[in-house]
Formats: sequence, structure tokens, C-alpha cells
Amino acid sequence: MELDASNRTTAKLAALKRYFEDAPPADASWALYFLTGHRLKRVVKTGDLREWAADACGFPLWMVEECYNHVGDLAETLALLMNHTEASDRPDADLPLHQILELKILPLRGLPFPEQRQRMVQTWSSLNGDACFVFNKLITGGFRVGVSKALVNRALAELAGVEPAIMAHRLMGQWQPMAKNYHALFSEAQSGDDPARPFPFCLAYPLDEKPVESLGAVDLWQVEWKWDGIRAQLIKRGGKVLLWSRGEELVGDQFPEVVEAARDWPDEVVLDGELLAWAGDAPAPFAELQRRLGRKTIGPKLRREVPVVFMAYDLLERNRKDFRKASTCVRRAALEHYLVECGTSALRLSPLVTGCSWAEIAGARENARERRVEGLMLKKKDATYAAGRKKGEWWKWKVDPYTADAVLVYAQQGHGRRAGLYTDYTFSIWREGELVPFAKAYSGLSDKEIREVDRWIRQHTLESHGPVRIVQPELVFEIAFEGISRSKRHKSGIAVRFPRIHRWRRDKPVGQADRLETVLTLL
Amino acid sequence: MIPVEDRSTSSPLIRPTPNGLFCELGGFYIDPWRKVDRALVTHGHSDHARYGMGAYLTAAAGVGVVRERVGLEASIEGLAFGERRRIGGVTVSFHPAGHLLGSAQIRIESRSEVWVVTGDYKTAPDRSCEAFEPVRCDTLITESTFGLPIYKWPPPEVVFRQINQWWQDNRTEGRTSILFAYALGKAQRVLCGLDASIGPIGVHGAVEKLNPHYRAAGRPLPVTLPAKAENRDVLRGKGIIIAPGSAQNTPWIRRFTPYSLGFASGWMAVRGKRRRRALDRGFVLSDHVDWSGIIETIRASGAQRVGVTHGYAQPLIRWLKEEQGIEAWEMPTRFTGDANDPGGEDNDPK
Repeated sequence: MELDASNRTTAKLAALKRYFEDAPPADASWALYFLTGHRLKRVVKTGDLREWAADACGFPLWMVEECYNHVGDLAETLALLMNHTEASDRPDADLPLHQILELKILPLRGLPFPEQRQRMVQTWSSLNGDACFVFNKLITGGFRVGVSKALVNRALAELAGVEPAIMAHRLMGQWQPMAKNYHALFSEAQSGDDPARPFPFCLAYPLDEKPVESLGAVDLWQVEWKWDGIRAQLIKRGGKVLLWSRGEELVGDQFPEVVEAARDWPDEVVLDGELLAWAGDAPAPFAELQRRLGRKTIGPKLRREVPVVFMAYDLLERNRKDFRKASTCVRRAALEHYLVECGTSALRLSPLVTGCSWAEIAGARENARERRVEGLMLKKKDATYAAGRKKGEWWKWKVDPYTADAVLVYAQQGHGRRAGLYTDYTFSIWREGELVPFAKAYSGLSDKEIREVDRWIRQHTLESHGPVRIVQPELVFEIAFEGISRSKRHKSGIAVRFPRIHRWRRDKPVGQADRLETVLTLL
Repeated sequence: MIPVEDRSTSSPLIRPTPNGLFCELGGFYIDPWRKVDRALVTHGHSDHARYGMGAYLTAAAGVGVVRERVGLEASIEGLAFGERRRIGGVTVSFHPAGHLLGSAQIRIESRSEVWVVTGDYKTAPDRSCEAFEPVRCDTLITESTFGLPIYKWPPPEVVFRQINQWWQDNRTEGRTSILFAYALGKAQRVLCGLDASIGPIGVHGAVEKLNPHYRAAGRPLPVTLPAKAENRDVLRGKGIIIAPGSAQNTPWIRRFTPYSLGFASGWMAVRGKRRRRALDRGFVLSDHVDWSGIIETIRASGAQRVGVTHGYAQPLIRWLKEEQGIEAWEMPTRFTGDANDPGGEDNDPK
């Protein structure tokens, strides 16, 4: 909880280091597991939790819901309510983290309902406020405090006395929270050579408003298409092929064609690229790719209907020779060289986009939508393959989004940092003189604008339905989105991808918001 | 002539109007927000004591701070706690509300019934003001700023220990402790809880202005320094400074770098609200009553009818009706909906 007590990065880093240095490895390994964004698979349903909690603290369920709407975090709501029940002796007030998990949470899995319930109520009454909050957080899924994965990584790297990139690598893959794995992070011998472990991905910064000419001469840059698929690292080592997503999930089962094809490729190799659904000679829409995600196995029907490819754009290792310190040019040559030897349809080389000037490159970017790509990637020719984001080496230059002016119609309070503020909005556009909901957006306004809109919403509510407020249709916002497709599930008949607020159009009256017909022309 | 009993059922003793709560029998308003001839004022916060009324009546102990808000030329009369005063067809008296110095609940008695308007109040101990006194009545108009059961205040001595420890730790690390607290009431309450042996205590001008009223009333405020440029070297790195929240993003604060920022407010009980303000520490210290305090106050009053104003009215009303069998309704305030939910930062949480 010390992390919560400061808002400064240096203080957080110091707190993390102190924690990892002092905490028993059994606790530290679990803390690390959650701090790096892992979560437990659901042990109990949150709906059940609310009912049991209501009972345990003596309030009707509706009151628990009211409180939850106000707090914006179920775990915290329940902890605050539980503290209400005046349990005089709290025997487990200082239960260490690994015991909370191993004694209180994991054993619940698979128990019959009444027993789960009884154990939960018992645990709630035995923990004090902070421990109860942590317990609820863990049981409802993730546990994020205000620290980034990068900061955790830095703290561990400094403790171990290694480069952050090396620590990041040690933490990659499906790291399991056990004391021995925690020890291994600090010892060179045990940690270096797990063949299944992926390298940290090199990430790009968005170019945004920065003029592309400011990057210097065009021939200092390698330009590629920015694919709209799933970033993945393909590892072929020791006769095994693994596909890791950027979220460090193994996704080989969803893309069996790629794994099968890779078995026949020569040598051991690690490639960086994009998994794409493919149709003819261009990517299929992302919605096609989505049909494969979240499935345990891919049947013959889906294989036929949604063919996939691995679009390779980087080579990180070949026959255990690490290429990451080599320049973009050298790695590109090595990649092209390797791909010549493979030549299967499931593996493609991401082509270079060439041009003698930035103007020509910008011209190519204009065609991005027709090619079903998101824009361009700019990679500095003399850059190494960095772990994570490194300013000035990789840029993503996305095509400008679609936009539409829409009217704020519904609002709901946000969660976490935005709890208690109306930050989740639904926007409508005109169809035959009526406003129909067309997109939901949660981001894009500044903190100051959020507060202003929040206040406006409270003063212009027409009706409340539970947590949702219907507001006077008055405010117009420009909504940006990446893609648009027809949808039977949406009232407007269309679904948009990644909608977000571009800006507040204070100058526009409601009548001038866009009409559905206009938006449909984008299809 | 209409019998008194009938009149009281056909028209409530106190009713909401566009000007504020109105007592027709007495011909006065309580904490009105528009200009009226005669205002009874519960306490000196600006959303209760507003400028421009013809005449003010408030608790004698609160005249000083109310004057601070409504101006030197205003006509303000003070009534001692418990003293009864006949106004029109009713008798009124003021009773300590425990919210801040001189804050009062207002009791109004007609020939047939007794109403009490709590104003803002708290039941927790506070050395900077008079202790809350429960008052029996038929109808209670209660505030519900924190009217949700998630709000349960820790004992103030625990919070003061945390504040002093934070100050001590900051001093050890050479940082100024800047603690935001509402300038009237909360600031003086915090001052009374500080351990002056840790280091020098500074106060922002907005707080400074109100302290003399507290000292004159014999409240145990420690010695303080104005947090101005001339005291910079004394305070920086070792002192604690009490300032209103509005000072957070001003150049004033920079002269005390390096600093740690804390905020003392009931809203700090919720993590999201704490994090949003970019603070180092939130201390759960409120000058409003918490959930169980509201329930206990209603019980102690013996009221069978409860009007709810300010804050989370609906959950409290539903709870009273469904779980306690008490007649309850919302007394509208000037704000529509819950626009005064201090989730927005313009409403400096008290």
C-alpha cells in the first residue's frame, strides 16, 4: 500500500525496490505477477460476490449497487462496506499475500456454491480494510496500482544490477508466480536460456502532429505498411514452434497453419511480424481475424473461410545468434535472406514502401485504406531492435481517422481514476429527424473538459436509468474512428472501430450534427 | 380562522421555494440563496451564508465567521445556543451542529409540531468547535453529503496521528508538507490536531483570515506563521502549511519546493477521488457526518418524518422508507440533480 502513498515516479520506484528487496520471495513473486498485469482466472462470479457481500454487511443489494456506482470499483466498494460490520477481532489482518492467495482464494475454485459463500463471508470478516481491498481486487481479477509494467521492470533490473532490457526478457512469456522463478530473475545462470521465452517487443511512438519532414532525410528511414492484425513473435527453437502475441499470450492454437508451416522452415529462428487474415492479395478486414480469436481450436471450416498469414517484418535471432543489436538494414537483409529459403504461403515478407521524398511516401500513405492497412511504419535504418519504446527510432504514421459530428445523449460514471465522474458517453447521429445511438466513447477529452462535461451532465439530466443518465441532446462532439462496417446488433445499423472523442464542437448546434446517410457513404 | 392543526397538514412548516427553505408562519428563510428580508443562517460556509440579505440571525458563537462571509455592513444578530426567540407564529432556537465554529442546527416550534434543520453537521469529536447536540423533533431536515454506507470515518485521533507522521517523514526527507483543507472549519480543526513539536506551522492567507475568530473563542490553535515569501526559509523543507485546495495549481506553492501534497477530506475515503487530484496523500477527515452518524442522528431525534438535502439523498430516502419505515422525501436544494457532488473540483470538498 506504500505505492498508493505517493504520486511521484521516483518515490514509487524506491518503494518498489524496497518492497522487492524486503518481501519474502513467496509474496514478492505473487506481487510481481499482479503488478505486471497478470490476473487470476475467475474464481467466483462478481454477481454472486455482490449478493453475498450485501448479505454479509446487512444492506440490501440495491444499496451495494448504489455504492458501486459511486465508487466505481467493486473491490473497493465491498471493502468499504465490510469495514462497516464492526468485526471486533480480525485474526487475519496481517495475512501475507501468498497466504491470502493460497489459503483464501485458490482453494475456492471448484467448491460448491454454499461453501464458497461461507468461506468468502468468513474471509471478509477476518481481514482489515487494506487487506480486504487487496483480497477483493485479487478475487475480482486484476490488481493495478499506479505503477506501469516498465517501472516494475526497472525496479527489478536495478536490484539485480542488469539492463532493463535483460530483466524485461526474463519476465517475458507466461511467468509463473513461484518463489523459485522469482529467485531465478536475479541469477544469470538460471534465467538466460529458456528457449520458449519471447524477446521484449520493440514498440513505436505515434507520429501524431509531428511533421514527417522533421525526421530528416527520407533515405535514413525504412518504410513499411502498418498492418492491422495481431503483432506476434514466432519462435522456432529446439524443434518447437511458438507464437507469442504482444500481450504475451500463446496464440499458436488459433493459427495452426502458421505453426505447421514453420516446422518445415530451415534452422532455428525468431521472427517479428503480424498475424493477418488474408483474402487474395490483401488483408481481410480485422473482423475476419477476430473470428479466430478466443477459440480453443480452429476447425476446418474456419481454416477454409479465414486463411491466415504471418507477415514477417523483422528477424531477431537465427541459429541462436542474437540479431537485436544489429541495425535495421542488417536485420532486414537477414530476414529477406531467410525468407527466400522458406517460401510457404503462410509466411510473407512485409514489403518496403519506397519513395525519393517524403511527399512520395505521404502519397503512398493516402492509399493505406484501399490496401486495408492502418498507415505506415517508419524505422530508422541504423537503429537496433530496442526493448519497448525508444523515442526517435520507430514511428507509426497512421492514416487520418474517419470523423463524424455526433450528439451526446447518454452518460455513465467511469471507473478507477475516473470514478464518480461522468466519462463514459454514448453519441447519436440523425436519421430521419431522430437521433440514433451510433458510438460509445470513453476518451479523448482533457481532464478539464471532462470536469466541465461532468458538471453539464449533472445539470442537464432528463432521466436516470440506474447508472445511466439520459441528457438533453445539446452538446456536439467530433468522433474519430478507424473503421466502419454494417452491423445488425446496432440500432444505427453500423458499427465503428476504436471510436474516441476528437474534439468538442462548441461551435456546432445539435441540428448540424452528422446524418446517418452521410456516415454511410464511408462504408 | 383555520385551526392550527389543519394548517400544519395542509402546508408544511418549512417548504422549499426558489429562494431557499421558507418558514411561512415565521416569515423567514433558512440559509437562503437569493436576497430575502430575513435569513436564519446555520453556519458561515458560503453556500449557506450568502451576501445581501436584509437581516441575519445566527448562533452568537458564529457571528464572527458569518460576518467574514457576508460583509461588515450586514445586519447580523446572534442568539446564544439554546436561547428561544419568538418570530411571527413560531419559536426558534439554535443548537450546536459540530460542523465548525458557531455552526448550528435550527429548531422551529409551532403550536403543533417541532422541526429541526440540521444544516451541515458532524457527530465526531472536534476540538475546534462546539460538540453536536441531538435535538428531539417531529420532522428532521438532514444533510446527506456522505449519505452512503461506504462512508465511515476513522476516529479523528487516528487521522491526526497519520498527518503528524506524514509531516515528520517529510521533514526527515527535507520536504515541505502542504496540506489542503477547506479554509473555514477544516483548516482550524487540522491545526488543533497538529503536533507543534515537529516543526513550524504555516497557513495560507485564506486560512489566516479566519483564525482570529477561533482564537478569540478560546479554541486551542497552535502558533502559526503566514505562508508568505518572508517566511519561506523557515517553512521550506521542514514546516507544514495548511492551504485551501484551490492553491494546488498556483505559483504560490512553488516557493516551497520540494513538497509533498496532502488533502484532508471525507472524499479521500475513495481511491479514485484521491488519485484524480494528483496528491501524495489523502487523509479521511470530514466535517460532515458519515452514514452511521446520519442514521444515529435520525434515531436520536425521534423524528418520524425526514427531509433529505445535499448529496446522496435518494439512497438514504429509500433506506429510511424501506428499511426503517420512516417517511422520507427529498428537500430540493438550489442545485439540480447532484450538481454539488464534489466529484467535480469546483466544489471544494469540505
